[in-house]
Amino acid sequence: MILDGKCPTGPIEKTWDKHRFDLKLVNPANKRKYNVIVVGTGLAGGAAAASLGELGYNVQAFCYQDSPRRAHSIAAQGGINAAKNYPNDGDSIYRLFYDTIKGGDFRAREADVWRLAQVSNNIIDQCVAQGVPFARDYAGYLDNRSFGGAQVSRTFYARGQTGQQLLLGAYSALSRQIKAGTVKMYNRREMLDLVVVDGVAKGITVRNLITGELESYAADAVCLATGGYVNVFYLSTNAMGCSVTANWKAHKKGAFFANPCYTQIHPTCIPQAGDYQSKLTLMSESLRNDGRCWVPKKKEDCGKHPNEVPEEDRDYYLERKYPSFGNLAPRDIASRAAKEQCDDGRGVGPGGRGVYLDFATSIKRVGADTIKERYGNLFEMYEKITDEDGYKRPMRMYPAPHYSMGGLWVDYNLMSNIPGLFVLGEANFSVHGANRLGASALMQGLADGYFVIPYTIGGYLATVKPTGTGTENPEFKKSADEVNEYNNKLLSINGKKTVFEFMRELGGLMWENCGMARTKESLEINLKKIPALREEFWKNVKVTGSGADLNQQLENAGRTADFLEFGELMCRDAYHRNESCGGHFRAEYQDEGEAQRDDVNYCYVGAWEYKGDKKEPELHKEPLKFDNVHLAVRSYK
Amino acid sequence: MSDHHKTMTLTLIVWRQKGPKDPGKFETYTAKGITEHHSFLEMLDCVNEDLIYAGKEPIVFDHDCREGICGMCSQVINGAAHGGQDRTTVCQLHMRKFKDGDTIYIEPWRARAFPIIKDLIVDRSALDTIVQAGAYVSCHTGGVADGNAILIPKPIADESMDAAECVGCGACVAGCPNGAAMLFTGAKVSQYAVLPQGKAEAAERVKNLVDAMSSCGFGNCTNHYECQVACPKGIDVKFIARMNREFLKAQFA
Repeated sequence: MILDGKCPTGPIEKTWDKHRFDLKLVNPANKRKYNVIVVGTGLAGGAAAASLGELGYNVQAFCYQDSPRRAHSIAAQGGINAAKNYPNDGDSIYRLFYDTIKGGDFRAREADVWRLAQVSNNIIDQCVAQGVPFARDYAGYLDNRSFGGAQVSRTFYARGQTGQQLLLGAYSALSRQIKAGTVKMYNRREMLDLVVVDGVAKGITVRNLITGELESYAADAVCLATGGYVNVFYLSTNAMGCSVTANWKAHKKGAFFANPCYTQIHPTCIPQAGDYQSKLTLMSESLRNDGRCWVPKKKEDCGKHPNEVPEEDRDYYLERKYPSFGNLAPRDIASRAAKEQCDDGRGVGPGGRGVYLDFATSIKRVGADTIKERYGNLFEMYEKITDEDGYKRPMRMYPAPHYSMGGLWVDYNLMSNIPGLFVLGEANFSVHGANRLGASALMQGLADGYFVIPYTIGGYLATVKPTGTGTENPEFKKSADEVNEYNNKLLSINGKKTVFEFMRELGGLMWENCGMARTKESLEINLKKIPALREEFWKNVKVTGSGADLNQQLENAGRTADFLEFGELMCRDAYHRNESCGGHFRAEYQDEGEAQRDDVNYCYVGAWEYKGDKKEPELHKEPLKFDNVHLAVRSYK
Repeated sequence: MSDHHKTMTLTLIVWRQKGPKDPGKFETYTAKGITEHHSFLEMLDCVNEDLIYAGKEPIVFDHDCREGICGMCSQVINGAAHGGQDRTTVCQLHMRKFKDGDTIYIEPWRARAFPIIKDLIVDRSALDTIVQAGAYVSCHTGGVADGNAILIPKPIADESMDAAECVGCGACVAGCPNGAAMLFTGAKVSQYAVLPQGKAEAAERVKNLVDAMSSCGFGNCTNHYECQVACPKGIDVKFIARMNREFLKAQFA
């Protein structure tokens, strides 16, 4: 099937305005008759629930944490992009659009990216109005910093806690609606199924994580803002509870999964210290504004104290390879370059998997106090984890899984191929193509939540009759029964291996064979080993406790079971895409280490349809057209 | 650099409680093979793996981001909320702060407003209730002024940010002998009160937040400053003073 993204046509700069006008409206008195479910309360979900509640819809919002304030958007450190051009350095909506299309290695839709760039400015205004304390200068104006993949300073920030402050802004707006009674908040609930009635999304089945009870909720539309899936690598920068589960359950109910092989490996994370490790910690990309990446030129220097390696024996590899972008090369490129140095035997630290990020030059230039003001909390965090002082010796960094550009397929209205199912933020695939630029995730989450879904959901709801929140339809009971049976099965296996053991094993396979570099052979290994591991899981996993209680083992077992299915799809997608683009690097397709795209054969979105257990999924294509930014080899040299 | 091969054995005395109505009790466990690079929660992961192999129920505890920002983790370690290391959440506490052979007591947050759900997990929804009472600026989505339309000098933006750093973990409540949420609430009140955007509603806000705080069962402040010591983000008690001033001002507004 050829998929249609239903993108508006005509001059790109008019597309969103025209589309907004063309969308049907629901009149204010009728809005309160419609019910909307929002799953996930990060930037996208929190902003959406707040904005939809404010418009007058009845919203039911769900999160697995104990409070909507804790979603993992909170961990984003560096900043949020907007095309304000406050620094007068040549920025514009068009340039942000251009940079994002190019940064995504020409694998995103032009119309979606244009809209994102256009509303980016509204986001900053909105957050300021909410009381988000962005960094300012002494005259009181908003401050900007630079980020990777751009040659202008367009990133707004709040110390090293931008994600936290933006999320708290959305959470405050959401709290206001909860108080007003337009949003009913359900904490500690995990979505375990999508309820589809006659081909239309009508509700969800969730597990109450405190009592273990399965609960059904019905609505006229369901919005998933359930984040990304890079915990498929086990070790990632995501929170422990991040999973593919909500998206995967929707996929199994018919929603297409687009470009699952596009995963972002963030170049600057604290290297792994041991096997027991539960997660990896990211150090903001903003550090590359003042930090210089290097490794020793000679292998024999790798064991030395870094300060003993003389200047002339250091290889500042990013500055050498990409002189015009230098240390601010985009993430996929910076990550691969780090891997290359380590593969060449010139990595540093445990296992030789690390590169230095050195602040000595900047400290000399602007002083340690300024560096502390800019990144103090990051240096503190680094010291807590590694027991090393980043002011005195270069930090050690290694790339780690961080973000997923792929996600559920949506059209221009953010609606999946299942009518009534909308997907927002990282959970969808829409704007980052094959690689996301820094400070763009926050932008997308808030764009989708504040400024896209409030319009596009009306266009859908205006075409359907409200059906209330009753869950009498047999599909609800059927869904709850199936979830119950599934959980009971997990609990009854009583095997010999723990859930963590399986997750670690799967993560190892994914990182080794479908990580920063992939080959036909490595993917073939995974396509054999993952089904075998999945089979073993269902025979030999040990899940303690009961389903009728708070049971974190059961929660993790369910998430792991879904990753064991999803991991295979991710490898299948990577296997079928015989090209390299952005975060998808197939080692066979390269030009001296640079990704080699194949625009003749692969200039499309690959969206997979679930066909049933043990059946091959079917690939659907949505061709990508570039009318404004011309397809070109992406160069940062 | 430290020696990677040296490991520690520790005795853990952990609060176990099956549910809100169970009286609960301490149980003793041994943590083996722990290195100084383990985080505290990774140490507990290891203990839990051993419990699962032995067919026993693992210890449940709240955690999520494991990088000190989501505010989900919440344990009292040897009597100190988050373990007593300056400006550190439990998830960022590392085992190099302990010695081989140490005995470690682990308990949940204990406060009247935070009922225990199970083991080390408590219900902190009272903090959400305080925020819902008015810790926001009542602006609509869209239709707001340009971000630079109202200038905010850096010292003011910085002061607001100092208050806004709160991660909402509740350590201030757990650390307070009165189980007060004054630091949490004071930080919320102050973040908005200092900003021009928050001034219009300042009087209503502080009254509503203080009311919510009292009705949720939090205690009062008697100037122990234990909250500031417990706070993983170093939120200053000056924000409690600020809230008191704002509250007084509001009586005349």
